[in-house]
Amino acid sequence: MENAETSSLAGLRARGSAIDPGAVTVVLLLLGAAIFLLIGCLKSTNFAQYTIQGLALGSVYGSLALALVLVYRATHVINFAQGELAMFTTYIAYDLGLHGLSYWEAFAATLAIAFVIGTLLQVTVIRPVQHRSVIAVVIVTVGLFILIDGVVNWIWGGDFKSMKPPFGNGSFEIGGVTILHLYVGMMAVVLASVVLVWALFRFTKLGLGMRAAALRPAAAALVGVRVDSMLAIGWGLAALLGAVAGLMAEPSQIFLSPTFMQPILVYAFAAAVLGGLESPAGALVGGLLIGVTLTLIVGYVPKIGAELQVPFVFGVILLILLVKPTGLFGRREVRRV
Amino acid sequence: MTRQIPALASLLAVAAALSVLPFILSDYNIYLAAQVGIFFIAVLGLNILTGYTGQISIGHGAFMAIGGYTTAVLSRDHGTNLIVTMLIAFAICFVVGLLVGLPALRLSGVYLALVTFALAVSVPYLPLQYSTFLGGSVGVSVQPSQVPSNLWVYTAAWACSAILFVLAWVILRGRVGRAFRAVRDSEIAAVASGVELPVYKTLAFGISAAYAGVAGSLLVLANGSAQGSEFDILLSLQILIGAAVAGLGSLWGILVGAAFVGLLPHISASVPVIGKIANRHIDVVFGAAVILIMLLLPEGFAGLLTRIRRLAARA
Repeated sequence: MENAETSSLAGLRARGSAIDPGAVTVVLLLLGAAIFLLIGCLKSTNFAQYTIQGLALGSVYGSLALALVLVYRATHVINFAQGELAMFTTYIAYDLGLHGLSYWEAFAATLAIAFVIGTLLQVTVIRPVQHRSVIAVVIVTVGLFILIDGVVNWIWGGDFKSMKPPFGNGSFEIGGVTILHLYVGMMAVVLASVVLVWALFRFTKLGLGMRAAALRPAAAALVGVRVDSMLAIGWGLAALLGAVAGLMAEPSQIFLSPTFMQPILVYAFAAAVLGGLESPAGALVGGLLIGVTLTLIVGYVPKIGAELQVPFVFGVILLILLVKPTGLFGRREVRRV
Repeated sequence: MTRQIPALASLLAVAAALSVLPFILSDYNIYLAAQVGIFFIAVLGLNILTGYTGQISIGHGAFMAIGGYTTAVLSRDHGTNLIVTMLIAFAICFVVGLLVGLPALRLSGVYLALVTFALAVSVPYLPLQYSTFLGGSVGVSVQPSQVPSNLWVYTAAWACSAILFVLAWVILRGRVGRAFRAVRDSEIAAVASGVELPVYKTLAFGISAAYAGVAGSLLVLANGSAQGSEFDILLSLQILIGAAVAGLGSLWGILVGAAFVGLLPHISASVPVIGKIANRHIDVVFGAAVILIMLLLPEGFAGLLTRIRRLAARA
């Protein structure tokens, strides 16, 4: 998890005392954004409410982006079915709820199921094409996208469903700013799951093996890491984080429908790209930035209403990739010819 | 030259079959055959980009939308001749393709896939926002007096397919095609041998988008109107899948790829057991079929052809 930071630190040390100007700019930018938000929140209650909503939604985008980053780091492909997978697991939670489980029992069961589904998908359909071209893997994930869409429509139908609100409908007030319990709950759940996954990578032998398998597969295999199993577990964890994103996105969408994760997948792409696509911390920060930017813009620029959010984020993705393709936390890839 | 006789013979056979079909098929089946023709054009266009220059696009539905809306709006506002609207769609999409190709110069592999995916998800929102010009969720209807018959669409689709296929073949076998393949196989080696990377990469995007534009224009004519929901992300995914089933980097499997996307829903509906699912849940069959084909036939139908030809040569 901390790889991006340590490697850039290592880079700093290797170059002596010279401080990487890029890193300073990024820190200053983030600091500036934080100060801007803070001042805005103190000046206007509306602004504060938008910011809190944006942070809550952003944490959801961040956790889906983190799922994308986990898969990208391990296998250097984007799982285009990640959003649909999250949508599928949300329906599973919905169904478990119908069968009498409480919300949080269904939540826990769904995460376990998501992990198993993710692992199985890697073993059955991704592993056989993994060493072919990028295009082959992309097409398989595209096939998964359509397959999952079809399965959900088959089992649950295309009409809207609704789930019990996980944190009730209550709210509390701080200095005239109304804060929904939902938003605090969303942030807390995402944060907890991210910390757990981070701890798994950082402090366990399994996590060490997974990092080794992702960074240097051949060397890891030589010292006895079972690279294939590690990649499968990586997919499982990604599906689990996606499931958290899906479950936490659902209450903010009002309705559960088979397409509800499609725009969120695009926002998660933007978050992952903004974070540099390789950096887990970057994905989270990117998610928060995208979430806040979107709610503020929708709140203050009526022209970009609900319909233009996705096209706007498309523009953001394009802009990031053209101006700074390595994102905020990414590393430049150096290739020998 | 003798090497090309089987290829020419099979082309002639396909052309002969296509010209006889309208006399045999029912009106609905002509409509289906026209859909296959439309997918043929789109898949051919994507193959030029992804198969020959190695640039992935999951966003070709967006170019089809531009072509389709061009035709619909021109018909609604000016009653322009339909063939002319298709030419205009071709030209507009060529220019848009060049423009999209410019940022694509700096992107490659998964990044390009990601951007084009986001493009494809974005485009259906635009008609909702600009509803006075682009018709909102109702869509833009082709003028009632201009709505063509299924036979007209069939003829137009396959005539365009033939022209565009020959055009692609001419482009790809010559200097430009060699440059495209060089870019795909190694950009560095291509530059080292004097291929102007920006020129050829954007050119491939332009040609490819123009093909998709014509396909979109025909799709709108087949349906009688342009609707944002017709051009959703699934359409883009279908085109990519068609190209993968056909086999990237070869022109000889495209008919099979187009037939796969265009006809699978209808063929699988009549298969026992699967038919029951396919009747209402075609996406399940479609997704599963794509994954299976990618696992079993990595080079698509064209790869299968090559394998058979090699076996035949050995025997």
